[in-house]
Formats: sequence, structure tokens, C-alpha cells
Amino acid sequence: MRVSYRWLMDYVDIPWPVEELADRLTMAGVLVEGLEPLAPRELASLVVGRVESIERHPAADSLFVCGVDVGGGVRTVVTGATNLRVGDRVPVALPGSVLPGGRRIEAAEFRGVLSEGMLCSEKELQVGDDADGIWVLPADAKLGAPLLEALGLDDTVLHLEIYPNRPDCLSVIGVAREVAALTGGRLRLPSLHVDEEQEAAEAAAVEVAAPDLCPRYTARVMRRLAVAPSPAWLQQRLRVAGMRPINNVVDITNFVMWEWGQPLHAFDYDQLAGGRIVVRRARPGERLVTLDGVERELDSDMLVIADAERAVGVAGVMGGGNSEVTGATTSVLLESANFQAASVRRTARRLGMRTEASHRFEKGLDPNAAAAASLRAAQLMQELAGARVLRGLVDVYPQPVAPHTVVCRPERLRRLLGADISDDQIAAYLQSLELSVAREGERFVVTVPTFRQDIQQEADLAEEVARLYGYDRVPESWPGGTAQVGGQAAPLPLLDRVRDVLVAQGLLECITYSFVHPATADKLRWSADDPRRLAIPLRNPLSEDYAVMRTSLIGGLLETAARNRSRGVRSVHLFEVGAVYQPKSLPLTELPEERRRVGILMMGPLPRKQWGSHAGETTFFHLKGAVETLLAGLGVEGAFAPSSDPSLHPGRQATVIVDGEAAGILGEVHPAVADGYDLGETRVYVAELELSVLEKAQPGIPRYRQLPRFPAVERDIALLVPKAVPAERVAACIREAAGALLEELVLFDVYEGPQVAAGHRSLAYAMTLRAADRTLTDAEANAVVAAVEEALAQELDVRLRR
Amino acid sequence: MQERIAAVRAQAIAAVRAAQSLDELEQVRIRFTGKKGELTQLLRGMGQVPPEERPAVGRLVNEARDEVEAALAARQQELTALALEARLKAEAVDVTLPGWAPVLGRRHPLTQVLDEIKRVFVGLGFQVVEGPEIETDWYNFEALNIPPDHPARDLQDTFFITEDILLRTQTSPVQIRVMQAQQPPVRVIAPGKVFRVDADVTHSPMFHQVEGLYVDEGVTFGELKGTLSIMARELFGKRPVRFRPSYFPFTEPSAEMDIQCIICNGAGCRVCKHEGWLEILGSGMVHPQVLRNVGYDPEKVSGFAFGMGVERIAMLAYGIDDIRLFFENDIRFLRQF
Repeated sequence: MRVSYRWLMDYVDIPWPVEELADRLTMAGVLVEGLEPLAPRELASLVVGRVESIERHPAADSLFVCGVDVGGGVRTVVTGATNLRVGDRVPVALPGSVLPGGRRIEAAEFRGVLSEGMLCSEKELQVGDDADGIWVLPADAKLGAPLLEALGLDDTVLHLEIYPNRPDCLSVIGVAREVAALTGGRLRLPSLHVDEEQEAAEAAAVEVAAPDLCPRYTARVMRRLAVAPSPAWLQQRLRVAGMRPINNVVDITNFVMWEWGQPLHAFDYDQLAGGRIVVRRARPGERLVTLDGVERELDSDMLVIADAERAVGVAGVMGGGNSEVTGATTSVLLESANFQAASVRRTARRLGMRTEASHRFEKGLDPNAAAAASLRAAQLMQELAGARVLRGLVDVYPQPVAPHTVVCRPERLRRLLGADISDDQIAAYLQSLELSVAREGERFVVTVPTFRQDIQQEADLAEEVARLYGYDRVPESWPGGTAQVGGQAAPLPLLDRVRDVLVAQGLLECITYSFVHPATADKLRWSADDPRRLAIPLRNPLSEDYAVMRTSLIGGLLETAARNRSRGVRSVHLFEVGAVYQPKSLPLTELPEERRRVGILMMGPLPRKQWGSHAGETTFFHLKGAVETLLAGLGVEGAFAPSSDPSLHPGRQATVIVDGEAAGILGEVHPAVADGYDLGETRVYVAELELSVLEKAQPGIPRYRQLPRFPAVERDIALLVPKAVPAERVAACIREAAGALLEELVLFDVYEGPQVAAGHRSLAYAMTLRAADRTLTDAEANAVVAAVEEALAQELDVRLRR
Repeated sequence: MQERIAAVRAQAIAAVRAAQSLDELEQVRIRFTGKKGELTQLLRGMGQVPPEERPAVGRLVNEARDEVEAALAARQQELTALALEARLKAEAVDVTLPGWAPVLGRRHPLTQVLDEIKRVFVGLGFQVVEGPEIETDWYNFEALNIPPDHPARDLQDTFFITEDILLRTQTSPVQIRVMQAQQPPVRVIAPGKVFRVDADVTHSPMFHQVEGLYVDEGVTFGELKGTLSIMARELFGKRPVRFRPSYFPFTEPSAEMDIQCIICNGAGCRVCKHEGWLEILGSGMVHPQVLRNVGYDPEKVSGFAFGMGVERIAMLAYGIDDIRLFFENDIRFLRQF
């Protein structure tokens, strides 16, 4: 909402400069987002001149030599403009003045003629776009006066953000009322008076066929008016409002809307079939070309203003072209109505239109403002367009709205605010907003004017009092109440631990969008019956890229890797902790399960900057190591088994099993998938784990075990293992055979090559053997190794290498 | 014989002194005091010495031997020290070469800001809780006093899944879920993802908020101010804050909290749009209707609620000018925090 300092002063005295006014309004809840000079401040150095003579330049065909009276005498000014006539008032930059943009004007000679200044165009002064000729000022501009003052341009526009509960402040009078409450001064409303004709306005029959959507409809009829440009002062006000002047009739409706907050519409009365107005729902398929020239298809939820035959306007949104006021218009029907907020809001949204009118109506306007605004517009049309105003206001207002009352207990209000504001002060604040206060014992019965529909209960009054008292004056205090210890609810501590362990391993946390492209399922090669294909679609996604809710973190991680790769970043080691959204079925009938997951992606050179040894590339076992460390960091034991996820390399993937439950997958990304993300030439490793499974498996408080008191015996064994036998089975077999004496088993070497028989590989293990109650003898240790050797040979056809 | 002894002794001492390494010294030891060493041989040769001279000669040989052994020990100590010195010298490294360090990862900058916010509120006795990101219209809007067609809905362009199910546009629905689940006193913050149909340099379709709620008997607006001022001081240091009236459908009175601009300290700059103040959060006393919606009695309890955008705070704190950077996850971006 734009208002100006001077415009406000039409209705209220303001004892503060505009900057202070802005601060005070902001601190009282009318947020001033910015101040803007109505015209460039430099214009102060220009004056109003009158063209006294125009002659061709004796030496230049394209120049003119003008005599310009600037109040104190006639100056000679050379100009190239051709639009001037003797008697025109024009802006004159005398020597020493500065144009907007900093250009300084000096006396200068043009082909032998001394020009004592410069005549300016709108564009040169940055007050308009017209660069074609000199700006011809209104004839009443005071000769010799500073330009800013003479044109009323020495004004400042306040850009206000009006909250949706305060449609009354979408008007200059509404804002002036707030100012008055702050200054303690009085609001001066314009005096309203119209000389009416004998002929009654009832000539215009108004029928409201949809009273539910139109609580009030008023019409006035005006005849024999002359459509013409508006006077300068009115154009100036529209400039403040940020609106373009059109003609006096339309400008008056816009001006009054800005002044009173009540949108008005003027129909060309002679274009209304039957001279009638019917307020009804649109007929199915009904069409209307609105004032902006666009043909709109209406539906039966929309309210239209119609004449006897057809729609002539979309109620509360925009009028129709078929009844537009034009230069030929001589009779006008002026609409000042009240439409149901929700209906206007829905209609405007459905038509994709947002007008100053709909912006106001959809916040809920005071129906009682309609009559005053109508009268004000009629008055101006009489004054400025010579309109003959027919007698009376046609007013369909079956259920007039009356002021309501709200009870307020000053004691409770003080307790809610925690501020010591006296009863009298409270009453005074409320009265300054034109609320009336009746004291009934301990209570105030407050009568609320109809333009303040936002005030419905005691808490609303508390806000009014607090903001006028000043939020900054309410003393700060620290809550008493029950002492409580803060902390994080599950699963947040687990998420923090996950982040800690992964960060310690060199992984960077990323956060990707929760919505993904629907083609993610195909790009990840998920099978037709994969439950991850059950992704929740958005009705109104931002674009196809963000159209469905993710069911896996892997798509977002791969996109992130691809984005980094395309920017030349090769080493990418990331993780993400976040939710995936798994519905039971689609379309959604209940809230889906939001599963917390951690995803890991690793590719390219390891995130270790090191000289001396060669920089390694990430491999499957780096990823698996990261997952193992994560599990270890959470105190969880996991097992890994070959798996068959179609997104992953068939020979380089595993499922992670925790407490017998599948906790997730890890592996190298399938080359076809990598290709789809433009990561074809590099190997990418991903893992995705279900945090709920890890959370369940978390151990409780650790129990201390006594430290060993007897020495351990180390035995290393090298094994010749058929390639088909997985290492995990070899290890399990060793553990089984070695029994309780085996304290630790570490695989320290894996070798395939010339020294190893074809179809085999060598696995070397270090066994730590220890008994809790004695020192093991060599013989005992040898017996364990022998038992292991025998078990390996019998169960897995694995031999010791000698 | 005496001359012989003196000569061997002199030779031995000279050889000890001349030994330049422990190996050489060992050779000297073997040559003179070893089993077949020259001094040892002299003792063995005592048989040829006339018996009356034997005690004197024996004494002379033993003295010579003791002397040589002492010299050997002394020289050994010297040479050991020299050898250690030489080794240490040889082992010197260029300590300015970089260490072999595993590179640490980083938490996402938004997580770090959130951690900081959580730290402050946990310290103030708040419990950190979460709520669903996919919500019903009732929790996201209606229970918060935003009925259908309420103009406040325009401020939060919503991603819809069905007529009734949507991506939450704010973390405020967690207020409702918490109050439904427990009786006062309630003291929680609820961080999380929220979603709005909006995308440009300062708006992301997904972003993060932290909601806060404090409900108890007799909670005042002054306590709202006190609590949030403490938070601002913890997060932004000692700088002026101000509370100004605002509007949220689920609080009344409502307030926005501004801090003095952290870039220009109030002088006015581009970041604060020359206002000198930065808007940090929205807050207010919980609307009585919201309390009634969850079965609380607004005559008995009152409370305050607040909500703040994590991205905005992170952008201010780190000087980031494009919100999209948070979700592009460029490694070179993530490494900076």
C-alpha cells in the first residue's frame, strides 16, 4: 500500500518529519518497508516559467529561442523542442541548478545565442517517460515557484506492508486513523455533499440474485457528465498510489478506492441492457472480455455483475469491456458494493487475476463504507466532470452490519502482557482507535466499529493496547513456571551421532530436495513391482524435476554428484540424513510413513591429501569401511550379504543386515545408472541405511569386562581358498572351529596371482588366542590351529599354505 | 716384563683413544682384554715370571687391565653418544612437509546453524521434537486458526498432494501435535523442513524453520520478549533487538523480532535495505482459539510461540547471498563451513 506524507496530512495533523512518522508507524504495526521521494529531490532547484515568445534560431533551423518569464523577469532560453506554445508553463533549469542524475546547468552559447538555462522534458526530470517534448505544466502552476512545491511533488511516498487482518489500512483514511491514534490528534474526514437532481436513481433497477456472495450493492446514476483528463492534483494522487491516470471518471473511482479502501466501478449506463444490474452467479460457460482485453471463461461459482442480458463485470475483480467508460460516455452507473471475501478470493485465483479491487475484497471489507465512498465519488464527479447526480442511492443491503462488542478485562490484559498499564490508559488507547469503552465493574465492554472486523476477542484488544503502549515498553522477564531439563527427543540424538561418525570419516553432509523427478525410478532401474516406485505425486509441483516425493535418497545423491562432476569436482564424498516418504497406497488417503535414512555417496580420489604414497581412488571397500565404521560408531553389529539391487553393480553390492533385519544396501552404482546421470566414466559408490533399524539395535549402557590377566598367543595362518568361497564363510568356519579361545580374528592379506593355484586366492588371518584363567601353552595353541585346519579342509576344501 | 706391560698398556690406551666407532672399539677390546687379548696373554704368561716377582707383576698387569677397561668404557660412552648424535642428525625430516591427515568432513551449514539454535534452547530447558513433513490441512492451517479461504493462505503458497494432504508450509503444525500429546507445561522447539511454491535467489521451494512453543500458567508477553532476547544474544552477540507488532493468525498479540543489522550495525546498508534492522523471527502469544483447538483452557494457561527461518539466519551469519547454494551441495561450498 502506497500513501504519501502530504496525502495523509489532508486528514490528520502530523507533528513529526516523515522519517519519524515511518518509525512510529512501524513500531505500531503498520510496517513501513521504504520511503521514496515522489519526485527526484533535485527538482527543488528548478522553477516554473511561462513561455512569452518563441522565435526560430537565426543560425540553426532545428533550434528555437524562447523568452521565458521565471517570475522575476524574462530569460532567453534555447530549446530544440517543437511542442511549445506561447503561454505554456514549463520547468526551467536556471544556471546553477542540477538535474536528476547530477547534470549541472550553466549559461551556454548555442550558435551565437546565449541560453540562460534549459527547458526540460518529463524524462530529463525523471518524473515520466515522455522524452519527446518539453513538459508542459498545468496552467495554474505558480510562476517562478520552485517546481517541487508548485506541483505538489515535494512529497514522500511511504510503502506500507498491510497485514491481511487490516484491510481497513488499505486506504489513506485508514492509515490516517492509525496516525491519529499515535499523535492523539483528530481524524478529519472529507465533507461529503452532492447536489442531487429531481430524477430518482431508482431508474436503475438492482437485483441481487446471490445475496450470500453480495451482502450489499449500491448504485448511483450520473448523467450528462464530460469524460476528460483529470486535474493535476488528482493525477498527482494517483501517481502516489502508483496508478496511471486514465480519465476523470475512472480516476475518481480509483482515487476514492485509495482514499476509503472501498473499490468502486463505473459502468457506462447507456451500455447496460435494460438499465439494470443483476448480481448473480455466472452461467456455465459464460464468457466475458474484461477491461484488460482478455476473454475470461466463467463458472457458476463466480459472481458476476450483469445487465438484463449479459455479464458486464466479474464482481470484485474487474469490469467488462462491454460497459467500459469511454470518451463517448455521458451517463454512468457507479457501483459501490460489498462482496463476500472468500468468493472474490477464489474467483480471482481461478482467473489468475489480482487487482487492487480483489486484493481489498478478499480481505473482507466493511459493508458500511460503501455508501460514503459512493457519495464521495459522486461529489467528485459533480465537481470534476460536471455530472448531474440522480437523486438517492439504490441500496440493496438486506442485513446491515452493526458494530459489535467485545468484553475485555484490564486485569487479565495486564497479566497477559506482563505490563503495568492502567485501566484509564487502556481505555484511552482503545478510544483513540474509535472504539468506545463502557466500564462494567471490572470489565470493559468495548464497542468495535464495523471497519475493524479483525477485533473479535479480548486477545485482539490486548494487541491494540500493546502496540499503542509500545512493545518496546513491555518489560522483558524470564519465565518462572516449572523447571525443565532440555534435551532432544528420539531419533534426533541418533541422527547427530550418525553425522558425527560420518563427518569424522571425511564425508560432507548435503541436503537435497525432498521431491525428485518422476523418472528417477527408471533412471535407477527399479523393477516394475519395486515398492520404491510408489512415489507420492504433488498436485502442483514447481516443475517436473520436483514432481514426486522421494522414496530413496540415492537419486538426490547421484544428482548432487553429477552436478559436482559437471563443475569439475572429481572427489565427491557425501552423506545425507533425511526422510523418504513411503505411502501404503496411492492416491494418498492417510499420511505416509516418513522413514529416516542416511545415504552415502563416494566417488573419485579419496578425501585425503597426502604426499609420499599415491593418492588412492575410492573403491567398494572404502564405502563398506565407511558403513562398518558407522555401524561401529553406533555400537551396532552388521552383517553383509550379496544382494541384487538393480541400481547397483550385480557383483559389487551387499545388503546390510542388523539384528536379522535388512538395514539397507551398499554397492557400486550400475554403469547404466551412472550413465543416466552423466557419471559414466567414473565409478560411484552409494549406500542407504534405514535409521529406524539401526536405532532399534543400539546397545544400552556398556558393561565392563575384566582386562585379560594372562598373555595371548598369536598364530598367523595363510589359506588357499577356492574363489567361490566367500571370506565371511572362511572366517565363520575358523571362529567355529577355534572356539572360545579365539579372542580376535583379523584378515590381514588377500592375494591372487602367480603363486596361488588357479581358481583360488590366498587369505591370511592373524588369530589371537587367549584363555581367561591361564597362560596358554604352545601345545594348546597348536591344537586350536590343527582343529581350524581340519574344519576348513572338510567344510570348505580350504588348505593351509605352507 | 715391566717394560712389556707398560708398552702393551700404552698401546691399548692409544688404540682405545683412536677407535672411531663402536665396532673399532670392540676390535680394540678383543685385541687387548679379550680371551686371547694381549693383556690376557700377559696374565697367562705369569708362569714364566720368577715367583718372588709374581705379586708385583700381577699387580702391574691388573692395574694395566683396569686402566684399559676404564678407558674402553669411557670411550664406549663417548662413541655411543656420538653415534646417537649422528643417527639423530641423519634422521632429521623436513617438518614443514604436510602431515598425513585424514580430511575431516563437515556438517551442512544449515545443520550447524540448527545445532547452534538447539544448543541455546536446550540450555533454556526446551525439548527438541519433530513432526511430519507431509501434513493434513487441519494441522497445517485450520488448527492454527487459518480456515479455508483465509487470506493468510496466500502468503504461503502450498504444495498439495490431495485436497486435504499437503507438504507443510511451516513448522507450526508441530505446536498442535505437541499440545495434543501432552498437558502444560510445554516447552519445545521443533526444527524441520517446510515447503512453499516459490523459487528465486531468496526463496527455495524447500527450506527449514524452527518452531518454538512455551505454554504454562501465567505466561506473559514480557516473557516472550525475555526468552527471545536471550536467544538473540546467544546467536548474534550483544546487539539491540526490537519487537514490533505483526500478524499471524495463530498468535495474538503477534510480534516480529528484529536485530540490529549485523553488517552495518544499524547505519543502514544493502542487506538491511537501509533500515538498520534485520527481521529474524515471527512470534506471539498463542491465540486462544488455537489453545481451544487442542483442548487447553485459555482462561487457565497462556503461552508464546515463535518461528524462524534457518536459511535466513545462515545467510546472514555466513554472508551467503543465494539460497540455492544450500541445496546445490557443491563440494567447494560445503567445505567452507
